[in-house]
Amino acid sequence: MSIDLQQDFFALFGLPRRFELDEGALETAFHDLQGEVHPDRYAHFPDADKRRAMQWATRVNEGFRTLRKPLGRAMYLLELAGIDPALETNTAMSPEFLMEQMEWREAVDEARTAGEVEELEHLHQRLRQHGREMLATLHEAFDERQDLEAAAETVRRLMFLEKLQHQIDDALEALES
Amino acid sequence: MALLQIAEPGMSTEPHRHRLAAGIDLGTTNSLVATVRNGIAVCLADEEGRAMLPSVVHYKADGTVEVGRGAMAAQAVDPRNTIVSVKRFMGRGLKDVTHVESSPYDFVDAPGMVRLRTVQGIKSPVEVSAEILKVLRARAEAALGGELTGVVITVPAYFDDAQRQATKDAATLAGLNVLRLLNEPTAAAVAYGLDNASEGIYAVYDLGGGTFDLSILKLSRGVFEVLSTNGDAALGGDDFDHRLFCWILDQSHIEPPSSEDARRLQMKAREVKELLTGSDEAPIRVSLASGEEVNLAVSRRQFEDMTAHLVKKTLAPMRKALRDAGLAPEDVKGVVMVGGATRMPQIQRSVAEFFGQEPLTNLDPDKVVALGAAIQANVLAGNRKDEDDWLLLDVIPLSLGLETMGGLTEKIIPRNSTLPIARAQEFTTFKDGQTAMAFHVVQGERELVSDCRSLARFELRGIPPMVAGAARIRVTFQVDADGLLSVSAREMSSGVEASVLVKPSYGLTDDEIAGMLREGVDHAGDDMLARALREQQVEADRLMEATEYALAQDGDLLDESERTAIDQAFAALREACDGTDHRRIKQCIDALARATDEFAARRMDRSVRSALTGHKLDEIEL
Repeated sequence: MSIDLQQDFFALFGLPRRFELDEGALETAFHDLQGEVHPDRYAHFPDADKRRAMQWATRVNEGFRTLRKPLGRAMYLLELAGIDPALETNTAMSPEFLMEQMEWREAVDEARTAGEVEELEHLHQRLRQHGREMLATLHEAFDERQDLEAAAETVRRLMFLEKLQHQIDDALEALES
Repeated sequence: MALLQIAEPGMSTEPHRHRLAAGIDLGTTNSLVATVRNGIAVCLADEEGRAMLPSVVHYKADGTVEVGRGAMAAQAVDPRNTIVSVKRFMGRGLKDVTHVESSPYDFVDAPGMVRLRTVQGIKSPVEVSAEILKVLRARAEAALGGELTGVVITVPAYFDDAQRQATKDAATLAGLNVLRLLNEPTAAAVAYGLDNASEGIYAVYDLGGGTFDLSILKLSRGVFEVLSTNGDAALGGDDFDHRLFCWILDQSHIEPPSSEDARRLQMKAREVKELLTGSDEAPIRVSLASGEEVNLAVSRRQFEDMTAHLVKKTLAPMRKALRDAGLAPEDVKGVVMVGGATRMPQIQRSVAEFFGQEPLTNLDPDKVVALGAAIQANVLAGNRKDEDDWLLLDVIPLSLGLETMGGLTEKIIPRNSTLPIARAQEFTTFKDGQTAMAFHVVQGERELVSDCRSLARFELRGIPPMVAGAARIRVTFQVDADGLLSVSAREMSSGVEASVLVKPSYGLTDDEIAGMLREGVDHAGDDMLARALREQQVEADRLMEATEYALAQDGDLLDESERTAIDQAFAALREACDGTDHRRIKQCIDALARATDEFAARRMDRSVRSALTGHKLDEIEL
């Protein structure tokens, strides 16, 4: 077995390739790996070692960033399977979800225009709750049914939610400054 | 036959020589240098026992330079040539500098970074900072009795790439080997965390002379992980002085004062601010050169009212940092106060109120950053002991991106990404036969390029002519552990590689630095050749020591012919070091580095594997 910079992130952290993941184990593996490869460990070494440490630490950070959050992990699993969820169009999505999207968006726009900080924070909370519910669907689709199509659709929904949350963040930030 | 002395199994082969290292807090108002002695971090004092060196540089008409307390005294009589708070100008253009109208300096608007015209010619803020660093270097070397192997220099967490690069350039100019640029709040956390052996979420509130940082850290199992950072690189104790200064002018109905009188009043304002930390009222009596007398009194209440908006300005970064970390104020287990300005009672109150707990102040807020830097410098220099098994994971404070159509920013690396980080993005040509493409690198959170800091512009040339949209140009951003960016671009589809490496443009070019170094050396009557030789010898020592260590640890990874090649390159370098030809030493360094490159890769693999399995090295099958 050879470990190299090209292997997938699950292998890099010594974790099984599945959606449900032991976050504590990921963090421990992340810290242990950085403990070995971080540039601080090579600060008094020759330049070639420093460069290599930077490459490794960069890769380890990228892996942690990709796997630590459920949406990133789900997208990565799809990517490993050769599926790009962003390529699918919204027309493939259920009418209910499209309706829901519009309603969310309107609510955010209204709160933003009116400068209602509390309402924005409330929406943020509701979105988070909604997102949590979808994670259960993802776990089932990936780990139990191996239904990648269903997983891709849920990922698209989550991507939309996340985008909306970012818009709320931006609106809150703009209102504060 | 192996030419190397190999240590007995079980014997420590980690080089036992103690390397001299120091931590430097290059502050807006005061600077400090600290080191680890007998396992304890201590600030180094001058002959009079004072640890704090005022960050003031006086360029005298006789061609000499004075730094510190002596220079401070010159403020009132020679304000134009006495540079205070130079940190505010690091990596900054004239338009970014606040309070220009009340500054006594003769600013020169240079591309990228502002310069100052002094009696000794035009000076870059990098050169001014280097003067401060030289004094601290001399202090450390005198105290430690030898040349410093390396230093850790602290920077505000919210410093952008331009300001970080300028700081590193200043260190180069002062002849210092920078092991790492360390964020000030992180340094403070190291000093606190190691003392208290704490676990959990901590906030560091760092209000210095000219900068404000707020970092949220998670401490667990010896890892200091910065979750988010925010701040204001142009807000600090100086602004409180300035507010009081304006109030004095207003109350005493003084005409716009001369730069000399302005300096006197500013110094008075600072003194009064400090007085008000301990008393409810302070007198303001100043005799001006103009013959006017200022005779006022100010209460703490008045001072707090006139500076309330400044205290409030620190609240938004606190909220943002918490939100970026996905946390609420009540998740924070402790709040560390850093920077002399946090002594002001109104700051302590507002922080206590925000987090719902009294902040920690058991370490001297003026020294804690330097102490943390010294602890980290000691470890980075290679003096790590078993109990020093901690790791710092820091983040980039501001997003990095490229300009796209219509003056908009496309973010490539988001803020608060853990360092080091690399991200690539592909672009394509938009005209048939296009052979060049221009890029504009920016840093900041705003959507419009004009609201962000411009870091660099570069052009990729030599793209083979293709139809529009066919070329695939991959632009890679790499940010290293110092938070410094390099950018490269490459055309992928044709197999023809054109690659550029960008060093952002605001600061000094390598040529400029080389020129300044030469000047400095000439001035000191030193010899360039001797310096070059010394530098190569240090590098050679470092490489040989590291190689010896590596061979002793992991020599089994090499077959006989590989081992022979390394031994030969090693012997050649050792021989070259006995001579005085720095070019020959450099050649041999490069040869040994090449010979050990593959070996280093295998060793890294082994470390990674051992980290994953948690097994001893000898249990791992290769």
